[in-house]
Order: sequence, then structure tokens, then C-alpha cells
Amino acid sequence: MLLSNLEVVPGRRVIEHLGLVQGSTVRAKHVGRDIVAGIKNVFGGELRAYTELLQESREEATARMVEQAQALNANAVLNVRFSTSSIVQGAAELFAYGTAVRLEEGP
Amino acid sequence: MTDILIVLVLLALGFGFGTRADRQHYRSIREREDALRDLMVFAARFPPELGRPRASRLVAGNVVVSVDYFKAFVAGLRSFVGGRVTSYESLLDRGRREAILRMKEDARSLGPCKIFNVKIETSSISRGGSNALGTVEVLAYGTAVAD
Repeated sequence: MLLSNLEVVPGRRVIEHLGLVQGSTVRAKHVGRDIVAGIKNVFGGELRAYTELLQESREEATARMVEQAQALNANAVLNVRFSTSSIVQGAAELFAYGTAVRLEEGP
Repeated sequence: MTDILIVLVLLALGFGFGTRADRQHYRSIREREDALRDLMVFAARFPPELGRPRASRLVAGNVVVSVDYFKAFVAGLRSFVGGRVTSYESLLDRGRREAILRMKEDARSLGPCKIFNVKIETSSISRGGSNALGTVEVLAYGTAVAD
């Protein structure tokens, strides 16, 4: 499955558009991590635990999007976008969406 | 009295460690920017030549950074008089540059390439109303196209 946030794929033609696919996940912070982050807030700098948490969550949202695309028999998702919204205090939604397409066979 | 003492200790810790962390981070950002200078990044939506097929892949980098207690305090004071809040300016600058560097590092596995349609998204990770802007997440993503 090719993921790209361009609208075209260099040297390959789109033979079929299969519509929008999306994946999302809502994650809450973990208390232990939150305490560590609270301490980190005094010293400043990177909050590695959060970086990892958000990265994992985004990967999960992407995986769900890819699952939908596979169900449509797509071989690529183009124009992928990510968005983050905080729903309530301490929880965030990570959302990935794009257009599922079928490309002609690659080289 | 003890409350004031605690705040003073936190301010001193924040100032000491925060300034050091800031300097170290900027040094590491500059070194890595130099090392990755040959990998070009564009905000253009279309790569200029589309002729022959090439490998392409979504690449991304993210980072969560926060200000220290001292800077948050200074920014709080700043909001009384208005004007530039330099503590947050440097926070966002560091965050964006770090996210772009991580995206470039992610693209390295593709070999020589260029990154197109780069988008940078910043979101505030609020923890408690009082220091809502203290922590931000920056995500940079784009499509790496092999040369």
C-alpha cells in the first residue's frame, strides 16, 4: 500500500478512484506518564513519552485508514492528511484521511 | 512562606535546567541541520518532473516540547503588558525545526530523495487551564520522492 500526500504518483497513472478513506483513534494520557510530564514541565525540553504516544496513535489511525483502503481493493492512498483535535481534557483524537485509488502496476 | 519558597526553587530549577536544555537543543538542531542540508524539502504540491516512475513514500516526524517553569512564569508576566513573548517563540521554533529534522531522518531510508508537499501542524497539548500553552506538539509530514 503506497501512502502519499501528493495528488499524483510520479510515473504511474491512477486508473480508479475509490473514494475517501479514514482512520481515527482517541487516546487518553496515562497517569504515570502525566506525572513524569508534569515534572518535565518544570525543566522544559522534550516530553519523549508524549512524542512516542502521539506517534503510536497516529500510526494506529493510519493503519485503520489502510485497512479501509484494502477493503476497497485499493493499492494506494493519496493526498493523506493528518489532523489532531483535543476532545476533552487529557484526551486527543488523531485522525488520518485520504483518497483511496488504484494505480496501474508499477515497474 | 513555604509556598513562595517552593515557587522560587521551581523558578531557579526551571531557569537553570531550561536554559541548558535550550542551548543543547539548539546546538543539536544546528548540527543535524548541517548534516541533512543536502536533503531538500519543498512545500510545492507537485514534483516538477513526473515522467519516470520512482519510489515515493509518506514520511513524518513529530515532537512534543514544553517550556520550563521559569519561561512559563515570564510569559505570564508578559501577558500583563503585551508584546512579544520570546519564550514561546523559541519553543515553537525549536519544535518546528526538530519535527522537520525527524521527518528528514525518516526519509533517509529511501536513499537520495526530495520531500514534497510538506505540511506542518502544531497543536497545543493542554494540561490544566493555567498553563494551557506550555506544551505543544509539532508534526511535519510530506512525501519523499526518490531522485
